[in-house]
Amino acid sequence: MRNRTLIRFGLLLLLFAGANGAWAQGLTIEINDGSRTADPIAVVPFAFEGAGLPPETDVSEIVRADLARSGKFFTLARRDIVEFPTRESEVKFATWRLLKQNYLVVGRIADAGDGALRVEFELFDVARQSRMIGLAISGQRTAMRDVAHQIADLIYEKILGVRGAFWTRIAYVTSVGLGQNTQYALMVADSDGFNPQVVVRSREPLMSPAWSPDGRRLAYVSFERGNSSVYLQDLSTGSRELISAQKGINGGPAFSPDGSKLALNLSYAGSPDIYVMDLATRKSTKLTNHFAIDVEAAWMPDGRSLVFTSDRSGKPQLYEVSAAGGDASRLTFQGQYNARATICCDGKKIAMAQGNGNVYRITVFDRTTGTYTEISPGNVDESPSFAPNGSMVLYAATEGPRGVLYAVSADGRVRQRLVLADGDVREPAWGPFRQR
Amino acid sequence: MKNTVRILFAAMLVAGLGACAKKAVKPAPAPEPAPVAEPAPMTDTGKYKVGDLDTDSCLRQRVIYFDLDRTEIKPEFQAQVACHAEYLRQFPNARVTLEGHADERGTREYNLGLGERRGNAVAGALSAAGASSGQLTVVSYGEERPVDRGHDESAWSKNRRVEIVYTSAN
Repeated sequence: MRNRTLIRFGLLLLLFAGANGAWAQGLTIEINDGSRTADPIAVVPFAFEGAGLPPETDVSEIVRADLARSGKFFTLARRDIVEFPTRESEVKFATWRLLKQNYLVVGRIADAGDGALRVEFELFDVARQSRMIGLAISGQRTAMRDVAHQIADLIYEKILGVRGAFWTRIAYVTSVGLGQNTQYALMVADSDGFNPQVVVRSREPLMSPAWSPDGRRLAYVSFERGNSSVYLQDLSTGSRELISAQKGINGGPAFSPDGSKLALNLSYAGSPDIYVMDLATRKSTKLTNHFAIDVEAAWMPDGRSLVFTSDRSGKPQLYEVSAAGGDASRLTFQGQYNARATICCDGKKIAMAQGNGNVYRITVFDRTTGTYTEISPGNVDESPSFAPNGSMVLYAATEGPRGVLYAVSADGRVRQRLVLADGDVREPAWGPFRQR
Repeated sequence: MKNTVRILFAAMLVAGLGACAKKAVKPAPAPEPAPVAEPAPMTDTGKYKVGDLDTDSCLRQRVIYFDLDRTEIKPEFQAQVACHAEYLRQFPNARVTLEGHADERGTREYNLGLGERRGNAVAGALSAAGASSGQLTVVSYGEERPVDRGHDESAWSKNRRVEIVYTSAN
């Protein structure tokens, strides 16, 4: 089933890729490391009780993989599942207690009319022998991956008290080929790397995708005009607008938390500085004014200040500046090179690419304790992006000749690899929560 | 009057750069780009013909390499800058794009800035040596267009570069 899904996605990509079939490989997932403090949970395969063929999507397996990837759960392997209850009346809690499971998920799938399916699931606390959730979600057969991610989100939130971020999307850039034959594509996929869709394809470099807070638009950098310029594209209609094409560098787009403004780094006045554009009026205000390189602005969640990268002290470090302008203050003092901030948890945590010598790794700076925690093990790790609930960080790494994406739990203990075979994949950006 | 002064000044600068390159060449084993053949007399009749871009051993050198995180032009590339500046001075309708690049280390947006700094350094040297700024366009590609996709110093040193691309020869 899983294999078939992978092959189907491969075909889908081939269709998108047209004549350039070489890069149509799809993304595969590997769990590299388990966490010892995770909660044990058993997700029993959901029974299909409808007429005709079961859906091609294995809903319960997607739920299991989501929970495992978060680093917060140990999921029971399918070979260790000895009973297959589908509803509360069939559950024998003693069995699951013996298997040392804290939580149990069961479910079934039935027809909902008009070709749609209805997925009913229940979550149990094994020790208390009590039901925590009993819910049904309906959707078209083609939307079963969405339904599965929403179920995983509900389970995650019920147990941990934090909204799940599995039913979200990620954007990233791929490149295939060398020199003049390089093909670049801006992609959007589900948070587990499935369902990849081409947003824009180009023979010139594409960079720095940034999500609007409502998840409907992406801002990004394209070299299609011969120089870097910033575009804003609507994901559902595909229509797009040129936002900035000044002389010099046009880069680093970042939406303000309310979506009304776009931070950019522009160099037309001499060296790259941070600007804030009001999207309604298209008027830009210069926020930093320094002969150094000021780039990669990221908004604090309250929208009152921005964190950016500057080499005004020699090497790149992170600085914070008020959204109203004024002097910037330096935030990072550990590590030779600190750049590309991503912010979570009400601004308390900032992840960055930290370089020491030739080694660049993702590091989380906790502003309340002043501590730095390295969460990636590579040599050329960059472009960190927090999940909207702060539970995981997506980043780009290099393995051998190719680029790969990793999703790592925010404590660095569990990593999942999203690989694009035969190509380069980078610049991931985790999208916002979706509207339920 | 003003023009004459400027040309004289530019000629002096070019001659100066040529001399610098010579000096730098003497003690070291011969570097890759051939130095300017002779300290040619800097007359307005010019030393270059239109076709020389493809045949002249100095003008055919179009890539300037940089040290890690550095933007200054190393002595072994001064001769190359000088001959392109001389060509641009002689053919005011010639246009070049200076494509600045960085190696893969560090973040992509910062490397765009670094590539632009390198492009600006070459533009500054070309103008100082006789080209006019209207002939020069700087475009930074950051780390997006490597010539070597390896992950070691040998690849990185090839990728930290400015490419001189003629968009109009004369």
